Amino acid sequence: MTGRRAWATLLYAALAALYVLHNDLWLWNDRRLVLGLPIGLAYHLGFCVVTSVVLALLVVLAWPPWSTR
Amino acid sequence: MITLSIIGVYFLAVLLIGGFSHRLFAGTSEDYFVANRSLGPALLLLNLFGANMTAFAVLGASGEAYSSGIGVFALMASSSAMVIPLVFYFVGTRVWELGKRRGYVSPVQFFRERYGSDSLGLLLFVVLNALLIPYLLIGLAGGGITLAQITHGVIPKWLGSLLIVLVVLAYVAYGGMRGAILVNGFQALLLLVLGGLACWGVVHQLGGLEAAFAKVGAAHPELLARAGKIRPLQLLTYTFIPLSVGMFPHIFIQWLTARSSRAFRLPVAVYPLCIAIVWLPSVLLGVLARIDFPTPAGAAANTMLVRMVERHTPGVLVGLLAAALCAAIMNSFDHQVLAVSTMFTHDIVHHYGYRDRLSERARVLVGRLFVVGILALTFLLSLVFDPSLFKLGVWCFTGFAALFPILLAALFWPRSTKQGVAAAVLAVAALWSYLVVTEWRSPDYTLGGTGILPVALVLAVSAAALVVVSLATRPPDAATLAIFFPAAGAAEEEEAAAGAVAGGAMPAGAATAGGALPAGAAAAGAAAAGGALQAGAAAGAAAAAGAEPLASRGGVRPEPPAV
Repeated sequence: MTGRRAWATLLYAALAALYVLHNDLWLWNDRRLVLGLPIGLAYHLGFCVVTSVVLALLVVLAWPPWSTR
Repeated sequence: MITLSIIGVYFLAVLLIGGFSHRLFAGTSEDYFVANRSLGPALLLLNLFGANMTAFAVLGASGEAYSSGIGVFALMASSSAMVIPLVFYFVGTRVWELGKRRGYVSPVQFFRERYGSDSLGLLLFVVLNALLIPYLLIGLAGGGITLAQITHGVIPKWLGSLLIVLVVLAYVAYGGMRGAILVNGFQALLLLVLGGLACWGVVHQLGGLEAAFAKVGAAHPELLARAGKIRPLQLLTYTFIPLSVGMFPHIFIQWLTARSSRAFRLPVAVYPLCIAIVWLPSVLLGVLARIDFPTPAGAAANTMLVRMVERHTPGVLVGLLAAALCAAIMNSFDHQVLAVSTMFTHDIVHHYGYRDRLSERARVLVGRLFVVGILALTFLLSLVFDPSLFKLGVWCFTGFAALFPILLAALFWPRSTKQGVAAAVLAVAALWSYLVVTEWRSPDYTLGGTGILPVALVLAVSAAALVVVSLATRPPDAATLAIFFPAAGAAEEEEAAAGAVAGGAMPAGAATAGGALPAGAAAAGAAAAGGALQAGAAAGAAAAAGAEPLASRGGVRPEPPAV
């Protein structure tokens, strides 16, 4: 498996995991405040940041093969 | 007065930027409609982001948060933060590659050539416009109402809509896509900065985040969680809504404006952060509004963001917020107007009426006339617009999202056929119309109150129709595969060649012309270069199928000035 392919597999798996984690049923009824924000809001704010990091890795390490120019 | 002055200065700044953009205009239709495919990463990010952030989305999110609490962020923001950049990564880059190679300027053009069917192009033209025009109208009517609210009626609704139309007319008709791009870069920056600033001002006045949420928690604890407000199935199925971005004609056309496919890297990586920066203030202010406006406000919930900023921050910040909202209104409205004009000019006037008889200059003129016509029509319709039609917006998203499988199939599934795509489009049109009629009065936009959004059903039916009918009909010919899927085309050709060699009938030129490349790729490449390769059956068929890039038909393409 080439380096690009290995990274792509790993990062696609990470994105699939993120999709599952988006459905945070375990926080559905939780009203605690974290960093001044309700935990359900803080979680999804963190979700945006983590998604951005994974996508940054994706464009650096596993750019689509058809995208040559 | 301060608010009005800031709105005035803002409009003036937009007009100046639009005027400047005209100095870069090369005078060609490709420049007018896709800015000569010259957009760099930063402007591509700001434009893709700005075009998706309508004022109504920002105000609507705030209103929803006021009624339903913090769950709105998960529902609308973080789902888009993941799905939209992935659409750019998988679909946008591929569309750009094909658009650059084949000279496309509109989605209809792409589908028409991909499936070799004028009828399919016409069907898509009708359906895409039928979904886009109501969305455009909602944007303008919403803009007029927002300006009226924020200026307390000093600018009435009709005048607000007229101002937006005139300013957009000035920079879109004059500068085309290049004008829209430069103005939108400025507008998206404004939206990113000013939303956060306004939110910080309000939170500071309320004693900081913790103190403010403690107050909300004491009076309305249900707003700090999702139980009882949003159902898990709603959250799950809402992730299908952002797929609509792939079938929005204005986003498809913006993908084509990129300088290179690598320009997509920044938008893919940074888009989730932009979403968070704009939506967090919107949701926060909506929830915190319950401190000052505790009684449920019904339809007035959408004004909460403006009312909170007015109550807690100095007048200058209210004016700046008004400017940011104008930016949000115009940076999607202008691209939508230009998209409709592009489709009318290229897919109707040029394709059916004046093929090869319309000069570059005439094509730009037709595009400008369409911009004027569309703006005039939209403005007149906005005068008789019924606010109850605002919820048509989410249905437009549903329709576009349900069409997404056809784009995916066109790009990645060689076996898909024009009949399959037509079946999917017709199935979406029929089911969408049925659901709009039957579910219109449903208060929470879910199927029979189950929590499942209608988009899940329409999307599933669309994908099923596409797959079943494609598999039941004749596969596309090798010529098409050679153009759009060089690798697949090559495999078929190799099979054919093997058969031919066995029969001793291989054309002599094939091996030479193909060289080390797969034969299909060589055929497509040579045809794209305008060569006269006669490398066997597939290559000849590819040429016959119109392998010459569309943009090159008008002659030499001038080098674009970079944006």
